[in-house]
Amino acid sequence: MSTATLPNDPLLRARFAELHPPLTAQAAVIEANRCLYCFDAPCTAACPTHIDVPGFIKRISTGNLRGSALRILDANILGGSCSRACPVEVLCEGACVMHRYNRDPIQIALLQRHAIDTFHASGEELPTSPITRNLRVACIGAGPASLACAAELRRQGASVTILERRPLPGGLNTYGVAEYKLRAADSLHEVELIRRMGVEFRFANSIDSASDLDNLESEFDFVFLGVGLGAMQRLGIPGEEVPGVMNALELIAAYKTGRIRQILGTVIVVGAGNTAIDAANAARRLGAETVYLLYRRSQSEMSAFDFEYEHAKQEGVQFLWRRQPVAIRTDDHGRLLLDTVQMQQVGEALLPIPDSDFTISCNMVVPAIGQSPLTELLQQFRHVETRDGRIVADPATGQTDNPRYFAGGDCVNGGREVVDAVADGKRCALSMLKAAEAVYA
Amino acid sequence: MPDISVTNFAGGISSPNPFWLASAPPTNCGEQIMRAFDAGWGGAVWKTIGEPVTNVSSRYSATDWNGQRIMGFNNIELISDRSVETNLREMAEVKKRYPRHAIIASLMVASTREAWHEIVARTEDAGADGLELNFGCPHGMSERGMGSAVGQVPEYAELITAWVKEKARTPVLVKLTPNITDIRTVARAAKRGGADGLSAINTINSITGIDLDTFIPRPNVDGKSSHGGYCGPAVKPIALNMVQQVMADATSALPLSGIGGIGTWRDAAEFILLGCGTVQVCTAAMHYGYRVVEDMIEGLENWMRSKGFSNIEDFRGLSLDRVTEWKHLNLNYKVVAHVDEQKCIGCDLCHIACWDGAHQCIHLDRVSGPVDGHVEEHLIPAALEARSRSAVAYTPVTRKERTVDIATHGPFPTPLARIPRVDETECVGCNLCSLVCPVDECITMVRVDAGLAPETWEERARGITCVVDPNQS
Repeated sequence: MSTATLPNDPLLRARFAELHPPLTAQAAVIEANRCLYCFDAPCTAACPTHIDVPGFIKRISTGNLRGSALRILDANILGGSCSRACPVEVLCEGACVMHRYNRDPIQIALLQRHAIDTFHASGEELPTSPITRNLRVACIGAGPASLACAAELRRQGASVTILERRPLPGGLNTYGVAEYKLRAADSLHEVELIRRMGVEFRFANSIDSASDLDNLESEFDFVFLGVGLGAMQRLGIPGEEVPGVMNALELIAAYKTGRIRQILGTVIVVGAGNTAIDAANAARRLGAETVYLLYRRSQSEMSAFDFEYEHAKQEGVQFLWRRQPVAIRTDDHGRLLLDTVQMQQVGEALLPIPDSDFTISCNMVVPAIGQSPLTELLQQFRHVETRDGRIVADPATGQTDNPRYFAGGDCVNGGREVVDAVADGKRCALSMLKAAEAVYA
Repeated sequence: MPDISVTNFAGGISSPNPFWLASAPPTNCGEQIMRAFDAGWGGAVWKTIGEPVTNVSSRYSATDWNGQRIMGFNNIELISDRSVETNLREMAEVKKRYPRHAIIASLMVASTREAWHEIVARTEDAGADGLELNFGCPHGMSERGMGSAVGQVPEYAELITAWVKEKARTPVLVKLTPNITDIRTVARAAKRGGADGLSAINTINSITGIDLDTFIPRPNVDGKSSHGGYCGPAVKPIALNMVQQVMADATSALPLSGIGGIGTWRDAAEFILLGCGTVQVCTAAMHYGYRVVEDMIEGLENWMRSKGFSNIEDFRGLSLDRVTEWKHLNLNYKVVAHVDEQKCIGCDLCHIACWDGAHQCIHLDRVSGPVDGHVEEHLIPAALEARSRSAVAYTPVTRKERTVDIATHGPFPTPLARIPRVDETECVGCNLCSLVCPVDECITMVRVDAGLAPETWEERARGITCVVDPNQS
């Protein structure tokens, strides 16, 4: 779990300074004391992992910070990264009763971060348990879903192995979250604590064939599929192959791992989801003078959260609504030319407006129109039903139609948040434990 | 504007308003008291004068609550550490410059007739408008046979009061200690000794807390601490009760200067409603400075104006006859909790408080519209929480998911499922829910007609029910 491959780059630190700086100890206690300590709290219900929010906040107010962190981690082993990456405006903080009290909601994310950061800074390890069960589980992918599944299983005495094809664990937590929200190093530190609980990691370990799965089935009782989604979707327009076209997740991973340190000129991001916004903001912070975000529909239809849209405007991103890219060309000086048309809604259909062609000269085009499913990989998972490129799993248990296979995270839900993946992974772990007990009962 | 001046309190003390600084650090010297008068204070009880002491360092500690500093305050400081001469010289100067303001000399000397006669004569010569006998200081001085060592023994208190009265030409107030089983015993003694008035209460014996790293109680004096005197907002209810006890007892009652946790005009009004003629303030001035008196004066005036009171005497003691013994309370008076659905924010603190701390009659079982009281699901709190925590929740990532479904939300600002229902047939009217509710006027206690004539415990025990005109209740 070495962080040696990550850049310790002062420029990166400066350009991606934290969006929400941490609370000081005294500010945390003052904020904690604002919490009403609701019964059956709406914030807890809204959290996919059902963190006992009033419970951990109460512990902060009394100075029981270790208890607070353990209370969080008991429900959500990735409580640290969730406190940074969660869209709390639509989750816990959005559910806070203070909204109806005409007051600002409790700053749950910052309080959670305070508790977890203090725990990490103290050098404490997560409580661990000996192997007490004859249950071996393989988790494919080292992203949030697998990490949560593995941590829960280890806590309850099972043995777990995580298989990851990339050199670093953490999945999108490490490679895909905007650096001003969650630093790759913080993600890796969190994974390291899980490794020290006794979870085995096998890196550069790709599962690509039926025989790989056969081997897994002979070694493990259950397999958890936490493989996420595939590469980002292509725009499907001419010229997409030219240098200067780089999809949003590639861009984000590249700057987070130090492979891109600067972007100059004009950047056009295509798409209007949260990842598109992350990429557009990143381009601005990396030095791009002009960043356009192109969306074929209107502002009211964009899937990005409202607060992300507001943030992007503050970063200086310019939005071009109802505009569709149709081709990418290169001019004589090596600059990119993005041909676009204006779109209009005609009944149900979205149609180009005739003679609305407009070409934008730019240095970089960043497609950000969603990730494609791992269709080919999924076909290898025999007896596991897939639909629309997603694995079909029981929402309550995470079990697939093959009882030895469980699945969670983006490969099941099609792409939600870290906290959803953690909730899935935890549920699957509990279902596996139940299923294993049923076998031996 | 109403007139809030005080005239001839305890037979001779007048001040522009009833707000006096209590005998304490804010009245340590003449320079402070003059600034206090400039800020608006009507009077000051000079920091207790006597044989100068040597104080320790440190001296104060406090209890904070829920992020709020100084809910209660504690000190182990003794009486004045300045010479009698210095104090009296400054007192004469202040009186000359502020003839309309009340200057009361707090006194504490050795328990001999001569010592008291001498100090009384000297302070009155310096121009004091009145004397306050410090029979209350609970720490340090009591070990030397003064302060509460006197105030806890009625015979001593009566004797010394009588010595002082032999000599005094100005009104004599006796300051009562609360560190006694029944404060009235000393009040009666003071009255027998001839006191013209009383001051109550002095500070309450206290240890405010212990440092959990060093195990040393606060305040720390070189690794040790000592019990101190507790004051500030936390002690107000104790003080009000003692004030009521004294003022409701004919053998104790005298003109009373109320002390104990007074920090606002509201507190002051409450002490006056129980019969106090003036009030004394210390902790609030130590916390925020002399300027706190501005709002005390204006607030009291505005409140009196809104109530139609033209002077202090108009409302002094109005609440005294509203305090009675439990046995005289009407057993047939009934109130029940009512939740205002438009104001409820859905914290459900009332539910858990009622279940765990009261009578299990506030339920979370509303399913549609205002409920008529017949839904009886009665899930225990743990089951309700388990239901929420086992539910599958997810982040609403699409716009459609983020749109709240009005149909399941209900007609009120808070989802119906989170608005509690009061089972009025089981509600005992204890007030707990209305006390824990964070929203003003959301839970109100509504009177219900039990259809029974008023009856007190005393009447029931005697087997007598008297019929009272309900319009008079």
